[in-house]
Amino acid sequence: MSVVSAAYEHEHLSDDPRHRAPLTTPGLTASQVDDIVARTPELPRAPAAWYAAFTVSAAVAAMFFALIGYLIVTGIGVWGNNHPVYWAFDITNFVFWIGIGHAGTLISAILFLFRQKWRTSINRFAEAMTIFAVICALIFPGIHMGRIWLAYWMAPYPNQMAMWPQFRSPLMWDVFAVSTYFTVSLLFWYLGLIPDLAVLRDRATGWWRKRLYGLFALGWRGSARQWHVYERAYLFLAALGTPLVLSVHSVVSTDFSVAQLPGWHTTIFPPYFVAGAIFSGFGMVVTLMVPARQFFGLKDLITVRHLDNMNKVILGTSCMVGYAYGLEFFTAWYSGNAYEQFVFINRATGPYAWAYWTMVLCNVVLPQLFWFRWARTTPWLMWLVAIGVNIGMWFERFVIIVTSLSRDYLPSSWQMFVPTWVDLGMLVGSFGLFFTCFLLFCRYLPMVAMAEVKQILPGAHGSEKH
Amino acid sequence: MVESNAKSETGRQPVPVGVLGQFDHPDALKRAAAALRDAGFRNWDVHSPYPIHGVERAMGMRPSRLPWLVLLAGLTGIGLALALQIWTNAIDYPINISGKPLFSIPAFVPITFELMVLLAAFAAFGGALVLNLLPQFGHPVFCSRRFVDSGRTGFFISIEAVDPKFDADQLPALLSSLGATHTEVLFDLPGRESYPGWLKIGLLSVCIVAAVPPLLVAAYRAAPKSEPRIHIIQDMDFQEKYKAQTVSPLFADGRSARPDVEGVVALGMAEEDEHLYRGFLDGKPAEAFPMPVTMPMMQTGRELFNVYCSPCHGRVGEGGVTGIISARAVKRQEGTWTMPLSLHADSVVDQPVGQLFETITAGRRTMPSYSAQISAADRWAIVAYIRALQRSRHATIDDVPEEIRSNLK
Repeated sequence: MSVVSAAYEHEHLSDDPRHRAPLTTPGLTASQVDDIVARTPELPRAPAAWYAAFTVSAAVAAMFFALIGYLIVTGIGVWGNNHPVYWAFDITNFVFWIGIGHAGTLISAILFLFRQKWRTSINRFAEAMTIFAVICALIFPGIHMGRIWLAYWMAPYPNQMAMWPQFRSPLMWDVFAVSTYFTVSLLFWYLGLIPDLAVLRDRATGWWRKRLYGLFALGWRGSARQWHVYERAYLFLAALGTPLVLSVHSVVSTDFSVAQLPGWHTTIFPPYFVAGAIFSGFGMVVTLMVPARQFFGLKDLITVRHLDNMNKVILGTSCMVGYAYGLEFFTAWYSGNAYEQFVFINRATGPYAWAYWTMVLCNVVLPQLFWFRWARTTPWLMWLVAIGVNIGMWFERFVIIVTSLSRDYLPSSWQMFVPTWVDLGMLVGSFGLFFTCFLLFCRYLPMVAMAEVKQILPGAHGSEKH
Repeated sequence: MVESNAKSETGRQPVPVGVLGQFDHPDALKRAAAALRDAGFRNWDVHSPYPIHGVERAMGMRPSRLPWLVLLAGLTGIGLALALQIWTNAIDYPINISGKPLFSIPAFVPITFELMVLLAAFAAFGGALVLNLLPQFGHPVFCSRRFVDSGRTGFFISIEAVDPKFDADQLPALLSSLGATHTEVLFDLPGRESYPGWLKIGLLSVCIVAAVPPLLVAAYRAAPKSEPRIHIIQDMDFQEKYKAQTVSPLFADGRSARPDVEGVVALGMAEEDEHLYRGFLDGKPAEAFPMPVTMPMMQTGRELFNVYCSPCHGRVGEGGVTGIISARAVKRQEGTWTMPLSLHADSVVDQPVGQLFETITAGRRTMPSYSAQISAADRWAIVAYIRALQRSRHATIDDVPEEIRSNLK
């Protein structure tokens, strides 16, 4: 069935301006698209490797929930957080995971608005990644409150204390931004899934399969009147998701920049955080995509050109964050503020210098490989670079949060942060939860948006020009 | 070719519910759609695995009403968010932060934006379902084995039996003449519902099961109880410690509050000099300093006065709004603010130094005690400086040295 691929690779990468490079392997038909994408969900038994990966991830995820239980029962003291490092791994992980999610929305919404048709092969995948990353992200601010049973105090409801939340606080903005982001991402993802679930429903043979896919396909029958409204709704969700994704990480950055701590109190944060979020998100998409297209036989739909394009985005955003790192030093110098200058010299040469230089190496130096085409088109190499980006972006948040807090205005209150085994276990555990969700998605849902890919096949709309 | 595929085990006779035609190319589909549009059919539709550009024009579809729904929801979100934030933070529970404006629209922008997006997204998604009448699990096209088996890769046109111009005998031929490669009449049993029974039973049982725990909790809360109720979240309500006046079995005398161990001198207990530490001599405020007043002491007094006293009493001790704290409180119209006294008022000038010292040590009215921040010797230095300030306001010509008196005249 696989029509593959190697023979066409030069064509996918063609930069000949006289004709457009094909978005999928040439000659692919609509029913072949269905066959390729539905293959994994329709396997009677998942491959042994899937079971192995799922068992490991689920075990790590179970450890995550056990640690959350331990934290709730015992208290925040199980973490290494101290005075003055009130935020450490918890908020680092939160910002890291939220940032990961942003690539999914960028691919599904922003590239949609810009009519980048190559997105159709990877948007489902990236949106799923967004949903699972935001789930991981939402857990951390939830549990870092300590008394999680009072989480409902964040909601504005009339209460016997006659008090209201402080809506001028960025932390409150964060509650609204992140929960809106999760909800809208989920709606966008599900709306895109409905036609593809209908395909799986119609192809299904088993009783349960037919009914479960049928239930979630909502009786979709692909009628032109339905498509008409559907396309409008999809466009609206994309148009709403685009400013939303920019607002979410800007709001997250105000959690820091509105505080008066040196190293946090800076106006560059919103654009710098958004660029970093997209950078880390694309790193994660490549990390997941390279093995998934290999393992699940999606090479005809997710071609080397897709990987090449994503690596270009990684290179561009890497340069943006590198510029931001440099500009922070310039601003500190130019401000003439001794505290501000100290913070940045301390980042590069102080006790956490190893974290700072890990960040610079992974985020700025390593992605420069992508100036070379062979690096952008060699899967194993880009996979290593992408993992480096993930590590580097985690350290970026760690550097911003911990180095600034541990060296605040008063030297008498300075304190080093050292993670406990619970901190480390929760960081690893969140990856377990993420991969558990992701493996379930790969096994049971269409990894590629079939209806969208069929639209971009040559001749899909007849001979009429549009 | 006409196929019939509905089952009739129940004895009821299947009736035609529609006609289906399959086309093998988007162009043929669009041509047929345009012909049906011109023929004036109403309850008909085109089915394709993906949205085909141009088919909505061929079908003569009107623009969707969805944009208006989204706009309305977005505006509702903006209004709701602004109303919520202004009501809660500026009207019902105003928090005055350094006199910053309560109607701080810029600070309300992020949440306003998020709620606008949220409600508009709900409208876009919900509108897509409602306008498409989803979920709708039963439809005439699903009666066709071919439609289902095509796995969403084929192109179809369906005309439903409710259409006024429906004619099960004529329409297959019409579709064929329009280029359909295959046609069939769709049969279904009359009165079959579009929601399958298993789904109804499943949803109903989920709802019933989900309602049980909250109902049990509500019943428990409403019922009168003679013993204390279950305290699920303990917080720190019950702490393993002794409170005052409680009994402890650990000690022979049964008291949880323990007397001092013999020979212990507690903090502050060694300050026995009443004059130096309290400002009192023989039970009355002292008239004299316990140490000689020197120039260095006066300078210390000035420095500490400017640090600790001037924020309320002003740099020269005039009180009123001359101190920055006082000025701010007046500007903010703090109703509970008590004006600091002028140190030049007769009632203060007439006080013996011991009483001034005592005021700094123990506090007076809303002025707190400063004994924790300022040592006894430094408090006396402040008193000396206050005396100097008072002297400067109530000076006579006799206070000026003889040799420079002529300069003042």
